[in-house]
Amino acid sequence: MASVVFENVTKTFGSFTAVAGVDLSIGDGEFVCLLGPSGCGKTTSLRMIAGLETPTSGKIFIGDQDVTGLHPKDRQISMVFQDYALYPHMNLADNIAYPLKVRGESVEKRHGRAREVADVLKIGTLLNRLPSQISGGQQQRTSLARALVYPSRVYLFDEPLSNLDAKLRLEARGFLNHLQRDMGMTAVYVTHDQAEAMALATRIAVMDQGRIVQYAPPIEIYRRPATTFVANFVGNPPMNLVPVEAAHGDGQLLLSADGLALGGLPMSSGVATALQASKALTLGIRPEHLTVAAPGAANAISGKLFANENMGPESLVTIERADGSRVTARIFTDDHIELGADVTLGFSLEHVHLFDSTGARIPADGEMPL
Amino acid sequence: MKQFSLLSRRVAALFLAPGAILVGLFILLPFFWVIFVSFTNRTLLGRTALNPEFVGLQNYVRLFDPATFFTRGQFGSSLIITTEFVLLSALVGQALLGLLLAWLMQAIRPGLKRFVEAMVIGAWILPEVVIGFAWFAFLDYDNGTLNMIMRGLGLPPGDFLLQQPFWVIVIFNTWRGAAFSMMLFNSAFASIPPSYFQAADVAGASSWQKFRDIALPLIRGHVVTDLILITMWTFNVFTPFLLTHGGPAYRTELLSIYNYRVAFRDFEFGKGAAVGVIIMLINLVLALIYLSIGRRKSKAEKEAAT
Repeated sequence: MASVVFENVTKTFGSFTAVAGVDLSIGDGEFVCLLGPSGCGKTTSLRMIAGLETPTSGKIFIGDQDVTGLHPKDRQISMVFQDYALYPHMNLADNIAYPLKVRGESVEKRHGRAREVADVLKIGTLLNRLPSQISGGQQQRTSLARALVYPSRVYLFDEPLSNLDAKLRLEARGFLNHLQRDMGMTAVYVTHDQAEAMALATRIAVMDQGRIVQYAPPIEIYRRPATTFVANFVGNPPMNLVPVEAAHGDGQLLLSADGLALGGLPMSSGVATALQASKALTLGIRPEHLTVAAPGAANAISGKLFANENMGPESLVTIERADGSRVTARIFTDDHIELGADVTLGFSLEHVHLFDSTGARIPADGEMPL
Repeated sequence: MKQFSLLSRRVAALFLAPGAILVGLFILLPFFWVIFVSFTNRTLLGRTALNPEFVGLQNYVRLFDPATFFTRGQFGSSLIITTEFVLLSALVGQALLGLLLAWLMQAIRPGLKRFVEAMVIGAWILPEVVIGFAWFAFLDYDNGTLNMIMRGLGLPPGDFLLQQPFWVIVIFNTWRGAAFSMMLFNSAFASIPPSYFQAADVAGASSWQKFRDIALPLIRGHVVTDLILITMWTFNVFTPFLLTHGGPAYRTELLSIYNYRVAFRDFEFGKGAAVGVIIMLINLVLALIYLSIGRRKSKAEKEAAT
């Protein structure tokens, strides 16, 4: 196992900049998820670690070795592809053992090793089948087995679970999580599914337009999103973002917006700095921190009911405010509410996030590291 | 089950009629006519021109007469030349060179790739006569381009058309046809998902290993199609006639050229028709062999099926 380091890496395709000056350091044995919407540069970054793309500028290290211009086959890495890339003309044993075949191992030795790995992944009974004769979940495990069959410094995953149905995906996710911790592998995992990233990663790098917006452990990404982009990307449903007008009052911060009832917030040095630039701030509250409150309650936001989706254990209650923007709450109730009825959603002040006019998070005074 | 159709049967038949008549008149009729003529002693001139007689298998028996079979300018000798010509110029030359070019083209820049494709296709789309003349001009002893180059380099010039006529037509036909195989294999390689090769790259495979283990098995069907087509074309090709006229001393007289000489120089229609029928049967056998190879399942597929 080894660490991976990006040093000011840029990759352009013609006039399109896929990755813009990324610095990233992945520790030995870490499971890092590259998370972001399509086109954010996460897959390109992964492919540059694999050597399938060459950086336009900058350097990439695996361990202490500069691998920037090295051919993939000389990097001692493994990769699991989104489409699995199983060879349709080879049975599973030959597919799994192919990396050993190109290393010149004997048939007995490589099939023995393939069987060992296949047994761990519970596909040991399928070794004579062709890829077309097994299910999607089994194909996924076969491609994982092929990545695990030889010693490797870094394991790369390019959205490996995105072609599975929801139930299989959960199962495979748990398995991957266990395997990574069990083996202590260094893993880099590309996904656009924030739940997958939260569940698997020791650290998540959230990417947008070729840059890393935030690189932190999942809990920090969730509790202290660095920007409104991260806040809006992580969480299901995403954080509610309400534009507010800020003002001073008795050493307190007063925020006003349509339908928002909010007592004073403590003034902080961060807020003071932000207010010098603009009075327009953004208030963020996660749906799970909202509850249905009585009309006229303090620390609440109100509007008319837009949708009420019952998910079984919880409901998603969405209200529409006067300006047409919507706020969603995730609440444990199965009360029936009429469409268009007035609804007030309450929250507690400790769950309020503030972002300045550029979208950057305003930290509270004396914030401790998580 | 009722089938949906755009046209009524009668209208469809009306639209089909012109094509059917042309095909019948110029392909089906001559096909059966040749088979019929091959059993007669029909000629252009003389007594048997007007009143050909039915001679049974006599034409065929004469072609395979052991006394003259291997003599230069006879059927057997021509068959051997043709076989060598097909093996060397079609299978080794066109197919192998086309495969190699197509594989190498996978690795080069798109711009360069398009340029090479254009050059190679140029050799393929030019009319036969133009190419024949160009090669004649290239190889001419006194004023040929090749000998000018040889002299320029201080090398002795050669009269290639006289000294190495067989190799001239082999190289000529390879040059002429490699483009087709290259294009066919090129598109076959392009149909393989790139992730197959990337997975092999990451796994540590060399270019040769990727070719042997992944690319070649996956384009097997295309290879069979290519071999059927270029074998047929090369077997029936007539263009080398423009370079060597089958000579010198029948050394480049392919079956098609032999057939032409018998039927339209010596005007022995019966014998010529017999040669044509035999060529057709050989083509049929070759096609059946290739098709059976193409249908044969790979080892892994067979094991998985049991």
